[in-house]
Amino acid sequence: MEAFDYVAPRSLAEVYSHLGNGKRTLFLAGGTDVIVQLREGRRHCDQLIDLKHVPELMRHGFTSDGTLEIGAASPLAEIYEDAEVQRRLPGLVDAASLIGGIQIQSRASLGGNLCNASPAADSTPALMALGARLVIGSASGSREVAAEEFPAGPGQNSLRPGEILVQIKVPPQPAHSGAAYLRFIPRNEMDIAVASAGVRLVLSPDNSRIEDVRLALGAVGPTVILVNTNDLAGKAANAETFKLAGEMASAAARPIDDMRGGVAQRRRLVSVLTVRALNTALQRATEAR
Amino acid sequence: MTTVEKPVYSVIGTRPIRPDGVEKVTGKAQYGADVHLPGMIYGRILRSPHAHARIRSIDTSAAAKHPGVLAVVTHGDLPAADDRVEELGETAVNVRELSSNILASDKVLYRGHAVAAVAAASPHVAEEALAKIKVDYEVLPAVVDVRDAMREDAPLLNEARRTKSMGGQVSDRPSNIASHNQFKAGDVEAAFAEADVVVEREFTTKMVHQGYVEPQNATAAWNSDGTLTVYTSTQGAFAVRAQLSEILRHPLARIKVVPMEIGGGFGGKTVVYLDPVAAVLSKKTGRPVKLTMNRAEVFEGTGPTSGTYIKIKAAAKDGRLTAVKATLAYEAGAYPGSSVGAGAMTMLSPYDVENFEIDAYDVVVNKPKTAAYRAPGAPAAAFATESAVDELTKKLGIDPLDFRRNSASRMGTRMVNGIAFPRIGNEETLDAAINSPHYRSPIEGPNRGRGVASGYWFNAGMQSSVTAAVNSDGTINLIEGSTDIGGTRASLAMQLAETLSVPYETIRPTVADTDSVGHNDVTGGSRTTFASGLAVYEAGMDVRRQMCARAAKLWSVDPDDVVYEGGKLRCTKDSTRELTFSELAKQSARTGGPIVGKASLLARGAGGAFATHIVDVEVDPETGKTTILRYTAVQDVGTAIHPAYVEGQIQGGVVQGIGWALNEEYAYDESGRMLNSSFLDYRMPTTLDVPMIDTIVVEVPNPGHPYGVRGVGEVPIVPPLAAIANAIADATGHRFTDLPMSPRRVLEALEGLE
Repeated sequence: MEAFDYVAPRSLAEVYSHLGNGKRTLFLAGGTDVIVQLREGRRHCDQLIDLKHVPELMRHGFTSDGTLEIGAASPLAEIYEDAEVQRRLPGLVDAASLIGGIQIQSRASLGGNLCNASPAADSTPALMALGARLVIGSASGSREVAAEEFPAGPGQNSLRPGEILVQIKVPPQPAHSGAAYLRFIPRNEMDIAVASAGVRLVLSPDNSRIEDVRLALGAVGPTVILVNTNDLAGKAANAETFKLAGEMASAAARPIDDMRGGVAQRRRLVSVLTVRALNTALQRATEAR
Repeated sequence: MTTVEKPVYSVIGTRPIRPDGVEKVTGKAQYGADVHLPGMIYGRILRSPHAHARIRSIDTSAAAKHPGVLAVVTHGDLPAADDRVEELGETAVNVRELSSNILASDKVLYRGHAVAAVAAASPHVAEEALAKIKVDYEVLPAVVDVRDAMREDAPLLNEARRTKSMGGQVSDRPSNIASHNQFKAGDVEAAFAEADVVVEREFTTKMVHQGYVEPQNATAAWNSDGTLTVYTSTQGAFAVRAQLSEILRHPLARIKVVPMEIGGGFGGKTVVYLDPVAAVLSKKTGRPVKLTMNRAEVFEGTGPTSGTYIKIKAAAKDGRLTAVKATLAYEAGAYPGSSVGAGAMTMLSPYDVENFEIDAYDVVVNKPKTAAYRAPGAPAAAFATESAVDELTKKLGIDPLDFRRNSASRMGTRMVNGIAFPRIGNEETLDAAINSPHYRSPIEGPNRGRGVASGYWFNAGMQSSVTAAVNSDGTINLIEGSTDIGGTRASLAMQLAETLSVPYETIRPTVADTDSVGHNDVTGGSRTTFASGLAVYEAGMDVRRQMCARAAKLWSVDPDDVVYEGGKLRCTKDSTRELTFSELAKQSARTGGPIVGKASLLARGAGGAFATHIVDVEVDPETGKTTILRYTAVQDVGTAIHPAYVEGQIQGGVVQGIGWALNEEYAYDESGRMLNSSFLDYRMPTTLDVPMIDTIVVEVPNPGHPYGVRGVGEVPIVPPLAAIANAIADATGHRFTDLPMSPRRVLEALEGLE
């Protein structure tokens, strides 16, 4: 590995003070991707800024209006082990609990997963489906974007120079709604999604009709794809509608052929995963919580 | 557990704690990566980015001047090597090719081929310096598939290579086919003509890696007196020493190889890669030099096992296998020497089949030189045979195990190489499978299926030396030279305890370096518990004879009147004369000095091993993913010295077979670049991917060993490929003939995608 400076600031202000100094900068928000990339020479930097010592980036909790605020460097395990998160946001737990193994989950963060911007990132489709918003900070202030506006291409996010991802905000979920995330991997753990689907299903108060579906697909395009599902509103939440949703997923997918999966395979898988995720979401939407 | 009459043992068949266990589970055991010597520096290796290229020149001057660099070496720093073949126990290597594989000479023959090496104060500095080595390559067309390499117009890896055939014929034209051998008997065409049913299929398997957890490593110290000490991870310290001696042209006695604990080998750690490089770097710098590989280097720079193409035609008549015609072509990698011969010689071993014609081709391709991998050559060949047999039984409507039982080889049946089997346990293994709880229970439910397959592995004997030093308190130091991959410290100590009728705990086994014990061949060919076990038995008998003589001296009687029984010495003429083992050990100084039992031997009589496996699978028709629901491995092990380690060997082999069947493969692009040189994308099974592997241990003692030992470690990887393919065929109605049967391949086949 090449030599670089390691910086461990104790506050956001201190983080910002290290930006704009002309050094090629990478951030350590867990290191489970960036250390490997540096070792393999896939990324280069002059300074590595460790975000794990900044208090604002390391905590999470629900606000009074029910929004879950997650510091961008908080380890996944702290999120999915929180009983309140498990109760309110099982669709997020689906994703956070299957990234890597327990050791990885104790270091890796949602912010890191988002910023690494892999099209196959597990947390991104789940966060998009839940309507998450991202707080981006810099020395001159902060701005917010929707999760689906953040990825810019394979390995590229939309942070501007001098900016870092500070917080992920998951809004309170609508009544009569349920979410789920599913991915397909050839093995049963320690793998990267060949295709994935995150869904949130909102039902009418009597559970008879679909009011809204948010559907995000992973590993079938240059970025995670949010699918236009307007045509599903008003339909019954049944197998026929879910099959239609699966077909919409297949049609929206723009997969590539690589050694992890083929084009036809990925189109087929996003359809299957969408249907299966919707079934789980329906179950969660209708069961008492 | 099926068994024939066997003696009552006191230690054999028990499950004591392994002598190396505590050190390993507490992290104290010393592996190659733990070696630190005073003044030690670090080496890194520059590897070819091309699958096939001529090296026009190498300019190391800038790297040599890089701050912190102490030496740079290339092939020119190795002595000129002889063009001759050296036997290394399980495998034979051509010394010149081995030397060119260590550091490329005129050509690079695969991506990852070592080209140069740097030694520096830190591995990071060495890494930086690699980027400053300028290699001028003339890139050549690459060939990475065995069938492409066999074409007459294929790019040639070596323009001087001719095809050698049995009987010494050599082809006129240069070729990538290094050898062609044939095994033939009876009249296959006549048998096909009168058969009830004939099946003809083509099969392919991809190159796969052993996947040992511990990467290769070597630390070398070229001492000022001209002696060389190498600490390394290996299956055979003496094989490393022999290769170092050949490559470096240095006398054997001036090389000491210290085998560190080994984190897996499975055949892959019988040939050297880093050790000679570390040695020349140390010679050049005067400092100890340590080299370790990362995972990508292990995949791209060490020896996996062959990708294969096999065509088979099989026939049955009257419910028996009557004829097989087969063509096997195996990728040897960059230099000749695939395991195709073993594939050809094992593929029909479970059967008594009169008519066969097997052609075996060893073919070089622009991929890493293959090395041994657990029953080398046999799994791919069994994949073809056992799939074809399964199809025959389906067409005939006969139970697949009954068919195998009707066609089973037994004592006296000739293998394809003409050698008649001694006492083997094939029929007993099949009977145990037929009567197993697994096979007698139904398989039910949609998308589920059951498959069975059999397999055979020769097992090896070869050379072993051991010393058993009796201490004055009655304890024993057992000095052996077989590196312990699979619990052999325990299995050897147990055999000595049985021979001497002393408690297992009184024996301390040590795997010694090459200065401290006589020659031992590699731990490979499932030979150690058998062959080093035989040496241990002989050394134990030597101790018994010496102790009888000492007792006779003490008692002033004729040695013939002293017997050794139950760990005691008794005088047959005088019942008051009796000494325990430790009582006599205490008197060794007064009766003639230390009592040391020794044995050095070339073990004959290795007993072949048979296995039959039963597997239930469920295939998700929407994703193509196969789940192993239940797996039972039945195997004749001769005598299970330590049943827990026998079961562990069987389970480990099955798990590797599951990986090979379902997901593992070297994926290449057309230029010969490996696309998945990491454990992320080279998908070995994790614990969540396999169920409990049930084992049924059959014991048909090997008449070639005093305790009936047969090798157990290799045959369990032979049947799984076909057993799983047969189960998937049963579950889906689709027969897969190309491995791996990955979800993608299964989905594409079931849904007719792409």
